[in-house]
Amino acid sequence: MDKKNRISSVVFLVFILAISLITGCKSGTKPPKEEQEVKLPENITEIKQDIDQAKKIFSALPSPLESAMLIKSAGANFDEKLLNPVSKQNNYVTSKSMALNLGVYTCDLSFASLYEQTNLLIPYMEAAKRMADGLGILQAIEKEDIDRLEENINNSEVIMDVVSQTFMNSNSYLSDNGQPATAATVLVGGWIEGLYISTQLVEMKDFNTNKLVGRIIDQKLSIDILVDLLNRSKGVPSIDELIVQVSKLKAVFDKIKITTGAVRPEYDQTSNSTVLKSEVTTDMTPETFLELSKIVAEIRNSFVN
Amino acid sequence: MRLIKTIPVIAILVFAFSGSIDAQCKAFAKKECLPELQPYTHDGNYHAAVLVEGEEAELYKTFYSDMEYRVSIVGESKLPAIEFKVLDINKNVLYSNKDKDFASTWDFKLQASQQLKIVVKVSSFNKPGDTPASGCVAIMFGFKMKK
Repeated sequence: MDKKNRISSVVFLVFILAISLITGCKSGTKPPKEEQEVKLPENITEIKQDIDQAKKIFSALPSPLESAMLIKSAGANFDEKLLNPVSKQNNYVTSKSMALNLGVYTCDLSFASLYEQTNLLIPYMEAAKRMADGLGILQAIEKEDIDRLEENINNSEVIMDVVSQTFMNSNSYLSDNGQPATAATVLVGGWIEGLYISTQLVEMKDFNTNKLVGRIIDQKLSIDILVDLLNRSKGVPSIDELIVQVSKLKAVFDKIKITTGAVRPEYDQTSNSTVLKSEVTTDMTPETFLELSKIVAEIRNSFVN
Repeated sequence: MRLIKTIPVIAILVFAFSGSIDAQCKAFAKKECLPELQPYTHDGNYHAAVLVEGEEAELYKTFYSDMEYRVSIVGESKLPAIEFKVLDINKNVLYSNKDKDFASTWDFKLQASQQLKIVVKVSSFNKPGDTPASGCVAIMFGFKMKK
């Protein structure tokens, strides 16, 4: 290869790199499923047609705060023993374990805050901060956030605001800095922790009447979203390990039947909101629930131990 | 030789520029989209992207029967109107903000938990020959316990 060709090759490589940096590093997005032939359009109308075909796809798992809210709304009691002790925070030294436990500790923090366990808030916020700092997430949780929490320790609205802001700072930082795999890992940690706490709070004698069972069944609706989220980072070794674990969980969720009737939107004038009416029937046997609880506990324990 | 020296500089500038766009998007989402969720509690998730005129984005999320939700979808002022539709798993349109003068928020609750799809589209200024406008679009969710 002569000098001129080498320079041309370098220019081409840098051009490809620049284009991929601009288009490929967006948060929570993935390229269209099918690759299309590269063709330079001759006019602006063709460019617009190409844009029309492009789609960015987001998959939204329930956040740790939402998971905790679902547990509370089902009328469950708080049990501190179910949280991951903050004393374990020093054990997490790999990026994967810190990302998973950022999600876990944020879920525990959300759970504690919704049940007004004021003595737990600062330790769990500090544990989450340690995980975020370890991952190099700048300004995710700052001293001012902890101070604000301390000053408003009895104000649940402010506490929830602080929790949601700090979680947003973490996942936006990871997404915006080209770390979608780590962002997905944080979400998985939080989601599994919520599912773990939920399943542990169900006693078999209350299986048919406990409202939490319904919320656990509902998580079947999110399992495909979770699989999709992880598949976007397939090939990253830590994500491939999570895919194997989540596949086992999906196999159990697949045993649960959910039948949904047509959804009818109706406007409710008293609340100024739309009610999406629909009939749903679900079927989960106690055996399937026990199998689900066992697998969730195995996965969660692999995250925290 | 001079070209070879210039290339890394260009690459660094491109990288810095793309990072700066993302940071701007986050700042925009916090400033313009987040306040629209009040009095609902923001769930903490962040979804934002730079979209071009005519471009679409899709979001999949499970919504629960115990909650009341507000979705807020806001685009930068340099963009034309942002259209969004909410569809069920059978692709039936449950809501379109086009019928509500492109309202940026929608409040809803569910009788039964559902996975819904939200399709967001940057409409077009319809000016043939112009470079398509581009800007940040943020999608955020707020929730509260059903009364």
